[in-house]
Amino acid sequence: MNQQEALFRFALRMGDNSVVLGHRTSEWCGHGPVLEEDIALANIALDLIGQARNYLTYAGEVEAKFRASAPLRTEDDLAYLRGEREYLNVHLVELPKGDYAHTIVRSFLFDAFHLPLQQALTTSKDDRLKGIAEKAVKEVAYHLRHSSEWLVRFGDGTQESHQRAQNALEDLWRYTGELFAADEAEELLAKAGIAPKLADVKQEWSATVDRVLKEATLKRPADGWMASGGKKGIHTEHLGPMLAEMQTLQRSYPGVEW
Amino acid sequence: MPESQQAAQFQAKVDAEQKIEPRDWMPAEYRQNLVRQISQHAHSEIVGMLPEGNWIGRAPSLRRKAILLAKVQDEAGHGLYLYSAAETLGVGRDEMVSQLLSGKAKYSSIFNYPTLTWADIGAIGWLVDGAAIMNQVMLCRTSYGPYARAMVRICKEESFHQRQGYDILVTLSKGTPEQKAMAQDALNRWWWPSLMMFGPSDKDSPHSAQSMKWKIKRQSNDELRQTFIDRTVPQAEFIGLQVPDPKLKWNETIQHYDWGEIDWEEFNQVIRGNGPCNAERMAARRKAHADGAWVREAALAHAGKKAKRSAA
Ligand SMILES: [Fe+2]
Ligand SMILES: [Fe+2]
Repeated sequence: MNQQEALFRFALRMGDNSVVLGHRTSEWCGHGPVLEEDIALANIALDLIGQARNYLTYAGEVEAKFRASAPLRTEDDLAYLRGEREYLNVHLVELPKGDYAHTIVRSFLFDAFHLPLQQALTTSKDDRLKGIAEKAVKEVAYHLRHSSEWLVRFGDGTQESHQRAQNALEDLWRYTGELFAADEAEELLAKAGIAPKLADVKQEWSATVDRVLKEATLKRPADGWMASGGKKGIHTEHLGPMLAEMQTLQRSYPGVEW
Repeated sequence: MPESQQAAQFQAKVDAEQKIEPRDWMPAEYRQNLVRQISQHAHSEIVGMLPEGNWIGRAPSLRRKAILLAKVQDEAGHGLYLYSAAETLGVGRDEMVSQLLSGKAKYSSIFNYPTLTWADIGAIGWLVDGAAIMNQVMLCRTSYGPYARAMVRICKEESFHQRQGYDILVTLSKGTPEQKAMAQDALNRWWWPSLMMFGPSDKDSPHSAQSMKWKIKRQSNDELRQTFIDRTVPQAEFIGLQVPDPKLKWNETIQHYDWGEIDWEEFNQVIRGNGPCNAERMAARRKAHADGAWVREAALAHAGKKAKRSAA
């Protein structure tokens, strides 16, 4: 794998994580537990979709450079015309939204990873990644604040909310290992100073998790078996139906303008 | 001061185009009328999120997805402003929401129609937000201060929504024959329900006369409806869509369109709960409220614990 191809895969993965989590988050719009949360989650989903557009556009441009024979793929080509085996997001973001505790815990576990990752990318040697991160870092800081605050409310709220949050943590913990399991592309980019070492990101993630769980009076689950495969395009059964929904118009009416 | 004198002062203030503010004396019926209208308006914003929310997951490009999501989010914000405006009249949001969920309070019937294709998202923005704007521009000058101010903020966003909706239909009308048919089909289904949004004809409108005297309303249902038709028909023609009204015709003498007759039987049926989606809309709102109960309780409990700790 050369550096251009690694960059392509990395930008694609960043875009896929954002578009999939953005889609899942948007599923609450109109159905939230309180009106203010409909608004907050729509905001977060909008940020994620905006980030996905930046990453996917860049991925398409990078691809066109190293695969000279292939036509340039736009953000929508990449979002709407790839099947689930070609999506490179981690499993954590594709899981169904579940109850509000699952939604908040999933967001928290992802945001606590996403923020140090974006912070590190603001010093990337790749100007485009740097530029995207400079904007994203402010958005993601808000996402983490939002999910942390709700996690503390749940943990230190009622008995029911505490139990629901703890259950969600136990259910989702197995999907956190994949966030930090670097693949060939990520290792290559870390060596080149383009993306951070995921081991470093993990340290910050772990500290954030400990700090917030303590405040929330929740227990950090033990590391056990960890799910993986998303980064290679081997997904859970949940991604396929989500993409089928998302891609329905583009697939039913190929090649038209919307 | 005797009540008759207060009432006279109140009406004089309204007549002089001064805003009535929450602390001012107002007739009990004025207050009731406003609570009914503002809360109904707020509920409409919230229930209105559902038909469009139905397409957020299926929006055909990332750009359209973001625009639609932002639009539905705006509607949630409108609901919030309006609940706050109603709260200034002494009724709590919880109470208003429970009136919606029990079926006691109404919301705009337009949201009881289904969104069946992507073109419906265009038609809603163009026609439904378009009709709402007619009403809301008028309400920017309504006599009750907090309501008028909420409307000023809302109107700016609604005109965006209308442009974005029309833009969807412009794109479809320039597209393939299937896309054009999709746009025409959406207009066929949404035209008449949009005209019904202005409410009963003036001769059958129970609340109108008093609302006009109090300057809550400033134009009649029929006037607003006519303005909407006059403004919208050329927009349909411009993109090659045909308004589904065989009697529609420009009348040179009165400088307005003549048009057909609304099916008031359908209008009344939908209001009575027999529209295509009344049951689904209420079920969705009730489910969101019930599923969210533990979340709201947790937030309250946590806030209580925090307050206790900081007091200790
Ligand atoms: Fe609105
Ligand atoms: Fe609107």
